[in-house]
Amino acid sequence: MTGAVPAAGGRIGLGEFVRRAADAGELVVQPRMGFSSSTAMRAGLLAVKAAPATTVGTITLDSYTRLGDLGAAARAVSAGEDLNGYPIATHPVRTTRAVIDGVRDTAFPVQVRHGSADPRHIFAALVAAGLDATEGGPVSYCLPYGRVPLDESVRNWAHCSELFARLREYSPVEPNLETFGGCMLGQLCPPSQLVALSVLEALFFRRYGVRSIAVSYAQQTNPRQDQEAVRALRRLCAELLPDVTWHVVIYTYMGLFPATPHGARRILTHAVELARTTGAERLIVKTVAEAHRIPTIAENVEALTHAAATAHTVSTTAVPEHEGSDSQTYAEARALVEAVLDSGPDIGRSLLHSFKSGYLDIPYCLHPDNLGRTRSYVDTDGALRWADTGLLPIGHLVRASGRSRVTAAGLMEALSSVRRRYDTVREEVP
Amino acid sequence: MSELTTARDDTPGRRRATVVVSGVASDAHTWNLVFLELLLSELGFDVANLGACVPDELLVRECLERRPDLLVLSSVNGHGHIDGARAARALRDRSALAALPVVIGGKLGVAGSLTAAQRDELLAAGCDAVYEDSVDAITAFRSFLSALPSRAFR
Ligand code: B12
Repeated sequence: MTGAVPAAGGRIGLGEFVRRAADAGELVVQPRMGFSSSTAMRAGLLAVKAAPATTVGTITLDSYTRLGDLGAAARAVSAGEDLNGYPIATHPVRTTRAVIDGVRDTAFPVQVRHGSADPRHIFAALVAAGLDATEGGPVSYCLPYGRVPLDESVRNWAHCSELFARLREYSPVEPNLETFGGCMLGQLCPPSQLVALSVLEALFFRRYGVRSIAVSYAQQTNPRQDQEAVRALRRLCAELLPDVTWHVVIYTYMGLFPATPHGARRILTHAVELARTTGAERLIVKTVAEAHRIPTIAENVEALTHAAATAHTVSTTAVPEHEGSDSQTYAEARALVEAVLDSGPDIGRSLLHSFKSGYLDIPYCLHPDNLGRTRSYVDTDGALRWADTGLLPIGHLVRASGRSRVTAAGLMEALSSVRRRYDTVREEVP
Repeated sequence: MSELTTARDDTPGRRRATVVVSGVASDAHTWNLVFLELLLSELGFDVANLGACVPDELLVRECLERRPDLLVLSSVNGHGHIDGARAARALRDRSALAALPVVIGGKLGVAGSLTAAQRDELLAAGCDAVYEDSVDAITAFRSFLSALPSRAFR
């Protein structure tokens, strides 16, 4: 049910849909959902549309399609294997058109989510099917997603962003592109660098002509720090993206997830609160199955329903534009963004240069183009902090704790701190 | 190899058993690989971590070059039973790798536990052991490690 957004007139794009919902005080909620069968995919979209919430539909793509291994995708489809997503470049275009036909409309935008450093076949397939909302970024769809060199990813994303932006010449709908930069590796990347990357990828999209942008931020380990981060993100976007329309999308925790149903629901509740208290317009939910397997349609609908009901109990705090944004997280994020922008006139080249020289450096990332000099840790107050800032240009802002030797047990301890907290503590009802 | 595991004790004159840790072709997850690399090097192995999304040909080439005492495949994206079986067949096609101990573990299917048929397929393709994610997967894996013949001369 998408009551907040009137279904009148021609179709509107995802960006405009979210704006209207926000004006009506509604938080837009959206699943991560993709199935190999087109019948299941359509059933999933229909169920999400019918959920008692203001929803956007999702087509999440499978790993073979992400990697461009269309042979493996085709073999799996013809063998009837269940994949971890929808193989959009393997099903015929008419099949994908039939999946969204009569489902996707003004009251229900559908977005494609993938994770590919070479998404040319994916853009071709989604555009051919008539879709106009997707996600990614030259850095965030490269470093966490395999071994494609960063320079190739930058080239591919420049090309695809440019073509995607030009869709507006053929359709009344403004194509929308979302940064995945707010979620590097899902966990243990300190918030300031997530904010910086989200902003930098938005600037990259704008450079290639995209005018309707979503900037992401993934819930981390401490609610107060997360609020600070989203406010910093809003402020940086207001400062650096004055000429495009943008909104903020929050991702429910992307790290090792609570394994119990009560833990999973409680962390989702906190993600809704984060969105509401920071004025974020959209939220991607996670389900009780997250720690175990691909969720069912019913589990997704349950999560959307829970998120929407929770959103109605938390009023959006009308935070004055920059309040609470003059923070440590803002200062660090700003320094990172400035260092990258100062390294040259071309944003793509600046991103490459910055990873080479360690101005950007993702903790624990194994990708060959990541320097790997930084380390992070979860502090006693639950905040995610720098143990070692490596060559990041924030040494003057941060007192890093100093690196201690990483052990298998120590790493598991850090990775599972959130899971432990949500799975065990039952008092302190949110 | 990542620089996570540079601090180790190296007793001269002793050959350390080597392990290759690798993701499978379609799997981008790396925390599992980082964890396994740390675990194995703490247990005294020399570890080469090939990282995520390792195509079969690259895996075969690395194993032929490095001649490890063990290959540990890890996958959590749900395609592991397909990619793992294909990779194991590619390895076993090489006579030089016919006897290489190969194990695979993680979240290997998209629906929770594997079916018996999916598990059998991995074993038939040439995996010596399959460790599905569970509370005692790591314990079971550690007893496998201590029974490895190459441990004898470490
Ligand atoms: C972080 C994360 C990501 C990050 C990964 C970043 C990175 N580069 O690593 C991002 C956001 C990029 C990501 C992407 C995707 N993810 Co992911 N991800 C997770 C998440 C939340 C945590 C994983 C993690 O960090 N674990 C920490 C490590 C230490 O634990 P582990 O991986 O479970 O490994 C343990 C055991 O499995 C075991 N083990 C693993 N391997 C081996 C091997 C041996 C020999 C042994 C003995 C044991 C063993 O030991 C480890 C320690 O206990 C999980 C859900 C969860 N668990 O909460 C989903 C999850 C693994 N992802 C999933 C999927 C499907 C994807 C995507 C395909 C997107 C999608 N369709 O939803 C893409 C991957 C694309 C690709 N090409 O593969 C699914 C897999 C579903 C399934 N198997 O049924 C999960 C379970 C989420 C879900 N419920 O849908 N993901």
